[in-house]
Amino acid sequence: MKTFDLAVSSVRDFNQALHDQKSTTTEKEWVATNPKGSHNIAVGLDADIAVDVQGHAGYFCAGMNKTASVTVHGNAGQGVAENMMSGTVRVKGDASQAAGATAHGGLLVIEGNAGARCGISMKGVDIVVKGDVGHMSCFMGQSGSLVVCGDAGEALGDSLYEVHIYVKGTVKSLGADCIKKDMREEHIAELTALLEKAGFDEDPTAFTRYGSARQLYTFKVDNASAY
Amino acid sequence: MCGIVGLYLKNDKYQNTLGELFEPMLIAMTDRGPDSAGFAIYGDEVADGWVKLTVRHIEEAFDWGALAEQMSSALGCKVDWMQNANVAVLKVNSDEASARACLTELCPDALVLSAGSSIEILKEVGLPENIASKFNLSGMKGSHIIGHTRMATESAVTMEGSHPFSTGSDLCLVHNGSLSNHNRLRDKLKREGITFVTQNDSEVAAGYLTWRLNQGESLKEALEHALKDLDGFFTFTIGTKDGFAVMRDPIACKPAVMAETEDYVAMASEYQALTTLPGIENARVWEPEPATFYIWERK
Repeated sequence: MKTFDLAVSSVRDFNQALHDQKSTTTEKEWVATNPKGSHNIAVGLDADIAVDVQGHAGYFCAGMNKTASVTVHGNAGQGVAENMMSGTVRVKGDASQAAGATAHGGLLVIEGNAGARCGISMKGVDIVVKGDVGHMSCFMGQSGSLVVCGDAGEALGDSLYEVHIYVKGTVKSLGADCIKKDMREEHIAELTALLEKAGFDEDPTAFTRYGSARQLYTFKVDNASAY
Repeated sequence: MCGIVGLYLKNDKYQNTLGELFEPMLIAMTDRGPDSAGFAIYGDEVADGWVKLTVRHIEEAFDWGALAEQMSSALGCKVDWMQNANVAVLKVNSDEASARACLTELCPDALVLSAGSSIEILKEVGLPENIASKFNLSGMKGSHIIGHTRMATESAVTMEGSHPFSTGSDLCLVHNGSLSNHNRLRDKLKREGITFVTQNDSEVAAGYLTWRLNQGESLKEALEHALKDLDGFFTFTIGTKDGFAVMRDPIACKPAVMAETEDYVAMASEYQALTTLPGIENARVWEPEPATFYIWERK
């Protein structure tokens, strides 16, 4: 295990050391102490390594993550795991706005609450939140799943494409073109697997599914003639 | 962009070190606002019948003692003074309107940065660390303090356009964001008798709260109305003589983080600015909700 004290080393040096790890690396476990809300911790990783951030992280922590597993033992600032491609990012505390924004793959687990715009424009990532999510979550979400064990804020799933949204608690309001849908067997199976991966003991049948009504401009074949 | 920070002490434990605790918070927000910086500190309250003015003069060598003497004989009352760089705190045993009128007549070049019984506002163009050291922030005492580091968008980089803004007795406001209905609102408030010294949008928000409080509203009522009447992006931190408030707009795209312990409540644009506070490791740290305000007031 290798430890970097971010009170002594710069985030740039830490990230460079992580980037230097190839898939054949022998150094699999990394720890960053004293993050003190620094931005861009553990961004752009592309190796099968595990990184523990011991404290609160600033903006864009674990952004663009590929393969690696990053755990924040505290809160994360804006855009945690933004544009993640694969791997796992886990936030033990709360995440600020735009968690998992535009992420293409992998698993983002937030054990506390997520702020506004969680999963905005997500493109294939799975996001599981133990607490609540803020307003405009999943805005223009294209694919992947968002699981919320608590409540969702205003305008959930506005202008949604194909993301599957599962909410256990209340939804303050649904965004344009987002509707409540039936939980079929395949959805129970998908949700069960996601909750299991996240390590949350929740009853999948207690959730409601939301998705796109597919009524907005982009879904109308007549509009294809415009091109 | 801009950075805002605030620290409100819930008891007397850290009153003597308020400036020392706050200085690193302000400097930590330099990346968000290197154009100018300022802070409003509450403490050293004057007795009833006195008013405290924070006054700036362009000349460092300005003779404040002579001005205080002239004011004293013109008003027929005691005037105490204390210089801090090119700013002085004048304590006048009179009402605010008479003190202001007398000052304007005797020294038209002087600019009143704040007025009240407790507030002192100090602000300048330049890097936060330079402003903190110029005014010896680390040596200051008080009960609460709010500060701002500015990256200018809606008006010029000048001392006048720097935050905090004060438009009424003991009230001040710092703002991260931009208001979109400030011009019309400024006109309306001018008709209601509120005076503005800049074209800055944040000054309008301060003027709005002054107007509401002048009508006898509580801080809570004033903020409830502000959420309806102010249009735009904002995270505000507001100081009154006994109170401290934080409010975010419904869109909440401007960042804010708060921390609370038994001894204090702190807010900042980013968590980085809170890391030097005592006991922060065990503080409750959270992001304030959209369209919500948080108020702490001394009884």
